Amino acid sequence: MSEARGLTSWLTTTDHKRIGLLYFWTALAFFLIGGIEALFIRVQLAQPNGQVVSAETYNQLFTMHGTTMIFLALMPLGASFFNYMVPLQIGARDVAFPRLNAFSYWVFLFGGLLLNASWFVGPLFHAGMLNVAPDGGWFGYANLTERQYSPGPNIDFWVLGLQILGISSLAAGFNFIVTILNMRAPGMKMMRLPAFTWMTLVTQFLIITAFPVITVGLAFLMFDRFFGTHFYVREAGATPILWQHLFWLFGHPEVYILILPAMGVVSDVLPTFSRKPLFGYPVVVYSGILIGLMSWGVWSHHMFAVGLGPIADSVFAATTMLIAVPTGVKIFNWIATLWGGDIRGTTALHFAVGFIAMFIIGGLSGVTHASPPADLQQTDTYYVVAHIHYVFFGGTIFGLFAGVYYWWPKMTGRLLDETLGKVHFWLQFIGMNLAFFPMHLIGLLGMPRRVYTYAPELGVGTLNLVSTIGAFLIALSILIFLVNLWRSRTHGQPAPNDPWGGATLEWSVSSPPPVYNFSVIPTVTNRLPRWSTERHGPMRDPPAVPPEPIHVPGGSWWPMVAALGLPVLALAPLTQTLWVAFVGAALLIAGVYAWAFQPFEV
Amino acid sequence: MPRYRLWLLTVALWVAGCGGPFPQTTLEPRSDFGSVIDQLFTGIFWWAAGVFLVVETLLVITLIRFRHREGRPAPKPTHGHTLMEIAWTLAPAAILVFVAVPTVRTIFATAGEAPADALKVDVIGHQWWWEFRYRELGLVTANELHVPLGRAVQLSITSADVIHAFWAPPLGGKRDAIPGHVNRIAFRADRVGVYDGQCAEFCGASHANMRLRVVVDSDSGFGRWATVQLAGPAAPAAGTLAERGKAVFARSACIGCHTIQGVSPGVIGPNLTHVGSRATIASGLFPNDSAHLASWIADAPALKPGSLMTRMKPPLKDDDIAALVAYLASLK
Repeated sequence: MSEARGLTSWLTTTDHKRIGLLYFWTALAFFLIGGIEALFIRVQLAQPNGQVVSAETYNQLFTMHGTTMIFLALMPLGASFFNYMVPLQIGARDVAFPRLNAFSYWVFLFGGLLLNASWFVGPLFHAGMLNVAPDGGWFGYANLTERQYSPGPNIDFWVLGLQILGISSLAAGFNFIVTILNMRAPGMKMMRLPAFTWMTLVTQFLIITAFPVITVGLAFLMFDRFFGTHFYVREAGATPILWQHLFWLFGHPEVYILILPAMGVVSDVLPTFSRKPLFGYPVVVYSGILIGLMSWGVWSHHMFAVGLGPIADSVFAATTMLIAVPTGVKIFNWIATLWGGDIRGTTALHFAVGFIAMFIIGGLSGVTHASPPADLQQTDTYYVVAHIHYVFFGGTIFGLFAGVYYWWPKMTGRLLDETLGKVHFWLQFIGMNLAFFPMHLIGLLGMPRRVYTYAPELGVGTLNLVSTIGAFLIALSILIFLVNLWRSRTHGQPAPNDPWGGATLEWSVSSPPPVYNFSVIPTVTNRLPRWSTERHGPMRDPPAVPPEPIHVPGGSWWPMVAALGLPVLALAPLTQTLWVAFVGAALLIAGVYAWAFQPFEV
Repeated sequence: MPRYRLWLLTVALWVAGCGGPFPQTTLEPRSDFGSVIDQLFTGIFWWAAGVFLVVETLLVITLIRFRHREGRPAPKPTHGHTLMEIAWTLAPAAILVFVAVPTVRTIFATAGEAPADALKVDVIGHQWWWEFRYRELGLVTANELHVPLGRAVQLSITSADVIHAFWAPPLGGKRDAIPGHVNRIAFRADRVGVYDGQCAEFCGASHANMRLRVVVDSDSGFGRWATVQLAGPAAPAAGTLAERGKAVFARSACIGCHTIQGVSPGVIGPNLTHVGSRATIASGLFPNDSAHLASWIADAPALKPGSLMTRMKPPLKDDDIAALVAYLASLK
């Protein structure tokens, strides 16, 4: 029952906590890569007629920046908390399918490596280094991404990489839905779930419904590129607009896949540090569900310039504006949670409040382009770049950092340094506003997005320079964060079970928790089990030593072997080599087969 | 111009050091299309600014008033307040009505309808330049769109290859140029001038270099321009460098892609019949002078990455290029 150590134990692990940590470190690494790509972009644009990188390199940089941040950094950072925290929050010993969980991680890692390998493998395709990375934008609009207009392997890497990452997300999605619905401790009714677990559940439903759509869209594109079909080829009577519908039908729910977990973190952090229950818990939960449902009815607001006609534009404008209502409700409920509280200004609280403050700006600028005529001036300009960064950086990233500072002691047993944390927060807060606020003006003054250069006559040189300075401030803040993480290993104060006075079950076990999580599965009688309210006292934490032996399943190599089959399969079309496909398929099938027949005994 | 706009621009100017004028600004509309969008945006901007102030102030006040202090009694565990929650559900919904109604009105007002006497121009996006075809006038030009002041103009926008977007910000919003699909915008320019614009939909390597200019002429000025464009190309005088240039043009690969009326029928690149009358070359990238023209002919992809006008094999000799430049410059 003692925890296994060594490299093998990590490679074969099926423990949700270890998989959560693997997700965390991998996503952090990709976050740094995406950030470095962003810095190159900002250096190039720091002044007009920038000469730092070529047009072709720039197009690869912004494509990989978007793709990396969305699929390889923000989604898996959220997944790291789903993995680590959800079983703890619902009083379970692990997720429903631990080996499938390991499979999801390895598929994510290999998919991310395949995408990023494209930076270095140019020579294999008779091109230079830095020449075959994806270059069609994270949105990959057909027909630019058809073989006719993008003949190189660039878009192939993108299509195949995203298909692989989709498998990871889908497997994890089903896993977490089953876990949350079926693995709850006795008494943990749905309306007693912590808000973070609730938002995780909504997110997983969005994942399992949205990713099939992008999978279909990508499959069409893949067939067009490799087998000469004509799904998006105008000359064959098809229309490239089909891609846009499929992509945004996925793409808008994807926005909420990225923001809802952060909203969940904030909904857990605010009550803990204001010592008050979440204000209007049912309304916060229902508005999260409503946001998820409504995210399916707004995709065409990414396409107001496409010319879908005034009726469609009006309808999608209305549905888009309506989403502001449940979003506004959440913001008011969060402020009401703080109101009347005893607010302790920890770093986690700073980031959670930063989330609210910045997300308001992103939400409001969103309303300005929910109006189609106004959007005709804003779409595809830096105004929209400002908007998405207030949502994804000011929103998702601030929310996820709140989660890091909140749960780090639980995940590692060490507290992060609060002084460094606050320096990190303020630098990042100032940096992001310097970097992204001027972009509103840059856009309104007429600079389109996705341009590697702009004329000095445009008059936006100084604003762009300010933005670049902001980007480097952000980079500095992230360096301080990394120092804080590193220092915590040796200098961090040892964390008790519950350093913050939290209400939810993860704080009832040691930091980090034992491999079996709970020595005795808790019985839950209310929504705030560890607090006393006017109606109940706090629960008793599970004993430190299990009263009877707990069986813990052993690790397995097979999820990783099966996952390895996917990138090998992808190499077949990339290198136009048939036998590689058989190797990949054999790995996948053998891996799944052996995994199915391997007993759970150690 | 509303006062906040002045204020905003002043801040922008201050930040920009010297900044203006801003040739692609959306905030100083120069057409009816641009103006209605601007009014709509102004209204929404004020609603958003109001909400921003109220909510952020509330947040800051809450943080200050309820910050942790020693000896503060434990907070009351309130779980919610139905009436208040209904109120802050309805409030944003009510505000959105004030945004939605003018929005829908403006959507229908900017749907690209134009009166029958409107000047109709077909706009065709190419990687990476713009083709303009004046149907009624039987006139074809590239990269510089001339329109008369005060007259309704209707653009029918499409693409010859990938998706682009036509955007001349001072004259109004953008519309995508989609192969196999026609989008329309209509506007009436209200001030003479030259307005910059550029492609707004990512379209490949030189997306950033797909610029355009819209020249709003007085009525008579537009008539003079059209008369010049409709005439045949200038014939270079015998024995001049330009005449030699015409011969170089006629025996080189140029004719495969470019039209010069009566000389060559190519349709892949811009029509050059009156290229000398244009102020810029390479779709708004460079001034139309002999130095830029010469380096463009010698090696276009070096100036515009991915340009389909590749270096000629074998390369043109310097004196051939000089002759070509003289010929093209003579095509006023």
